[in-house]
Amino acid sequence: MAENQAATNRKKLTKSDMVKTFWRSGFLQGSWNYERVQNVGFCFQMIPAIKRLYKDDDAETAAALKRHLTFMQTTPIMTSLIGGISMAMEEERANGKAIDDATIASVKVGTMGPLAGVGDPIFWGTARPVIASFAASLALSGSGILAPIVFFVAWNAMRLAARWYLQKIGYEQGTNIVANLGGSLIQKLTTGASILGMFIMGVLVPRWTTINFPLVISKATVNGKTTTMTLQGIFDQLLPGIIPLLLTFMCIWLLRKKINAIWLIFLMFAIGIFGFWIGLLG
Amino acid sequence: MSAISVILLLIVAFLAGVDVVLDEWELAQPLIACTLVGLALGDVQSGVLLGGQLQLIAIGWMNIGSAIPPDAALASIVSAVLVCGPANLSVSNGIAIAIPLAIAGQVLNIFVRSLIVLMAHVVDSRAAKADIKGIDGIHYLDMVIQGLRIAIPTYIVTIVSPQAVQSALNAIPEVITKGLSIAGGFVVVVGFAMVINMMANNEVWPFFFIGFVLAAITKLNLIAFGILGLCLALIYVKLSPRFNAQTAVVSGATGDEESNSGADDIDRALDEL
Repeated sequence: MAENQAATNRKKLTKSDMVKTFWRSGFLQGSWNYERVQNVGFCFQMIPAIKRLYKDDDAETAAALKRHLTFMQTTPIMTSLIGGISMAMEEERANGKAIDDATIASVKVGTMGPLAGVGDPIFWGTARPVIASFAASLALSGSGILAPIVFFVAWNAMRLAARWYLQKIGYEQGTNIVANLGGSLIQKLTTGASILGMFIMGVLVPRWTTINFPLVISKATVNGKTTTMTLQGIFDQLLPGIIPLLLTFMCIWLLRKKINAIWLIFLMFAIGIFGFWIGLLG
Repeated sequence: MSAISVILLLIVAFLAGVDVVLDEWELAQPLIACTLVGLALGDVQSGVLLGGQLQLIAIGWMNIGSAIPPDAALASIVSAVLVCGPANLSVSNGIAIAIPLAIAGQVLNIFVRSLIVLMAHVVDSRAAKADIKGIDGIHYLDMVIQGLRIAIPTYIVTIVSPQAVQSALNAIPEVITKGLSIAGGFVVVVGFAMVINMMANNEVWPFFFIGFVLAAITKLNLIAFGILGLCLALIYVKLSPRFNAQTAVVSGATGDEESNSGADDIDRALDEL
């Protein structure tokens, strides 16, 4: 009898809370700030759960809001997993389990770093550049409006599916998932994504970089036929794309010297203007 | 520009300003943002072309950690207004203008994100009063500020006369404009370097060079490369000892059985086709 009573009184998040949280998670970075980064957005994402679990109790609500206004910084899509785990923890806490503020904070702090380590190479290093490069090559081959539509649909289908399932897995597995974060599946995913990303970058370097050295090196007349050899011709005989490759390595080296990317862009423009001025580039 | 065009344009600019910070729908990515501006101003073709070129340059502009990248939203929207709108600039001029705009947008973004630190403290005081509606409101307000960060400069550009823009461009010596458009061809390496720098380690470098050599020598298209890259990744992950340490310890027979059943699954799937 008492057991039944407890079961019916048990506070539980509903499907509608899940959908609302999913919708709100898409606004995570709206209040991105230098101090606690995604904190307001993460709290915003947790609000449906906080409302459900602590309604009619202002003190508990305020405490819960404060718990989720702490520093948060990870790959945006990954907050769906952290949000799912946090919802599971908050639900247990609201039902009387002894989960204190420090536990919730440490789970969040402990997951956001490793998840950024997985999420950044997968989403920003591979998925977006690969989708964007396919779409941009469509655009430049004259496919018109199809190109941006492909970009938009492919990226968002992937992103929304990832957010929904990460949130679901996080909520269903709760803190169990934290133990699996170092597991081999996640490492396989990260490594596999990095391989695809690096491979495509290798492809893009010679394919998408346009640089031409029209400087004439030699002119030979054989049997009345004149053949000219330009500097570009020599580079192409060596290996097509060798100059773009060297420029890329120069940029990587400068980035590792902590030079801001924007200065590198200016450097490229300076090289273009100077190279054209002395007749080396055309 | 007609009033309807201006209104549509400002909506696009606002959404791009919000989404470049959210980094969710990717409306501010050049290919999408320039196309939307093209739609608003009635010149989709130029919008897509400009967007495609700018997309290559912006491929490495990402929000990682606390670093704020050059701003794709201001660069895409304003340069697309100048290319697709009455000023009718060429795509290569549009790209040259986009870069300083990206920096201006970045500076504005740093300013707004510092301002939002104060807003976050207002949120703290709302939270202490359990004022959920107040928190929602401030979060929305922050997004409105980020949207206006792009919409206001865009509006200013629409009221500048097209002739003024053109004569300003004509005043620039040819060595600069021609040099900038040449640089537009290889400035993409900065973006590539940013992406590579993020992912590179000794384990994955060889795949970069395989891709490079194949692309430099063969005529395969990007779809073919995508399939090839995916296969390389799958094969590597399958074979790498790093991921197979446990299987090796367990008796070989179990491993064989597993791989056999895997092959059977594929056979069965092929039979069903």
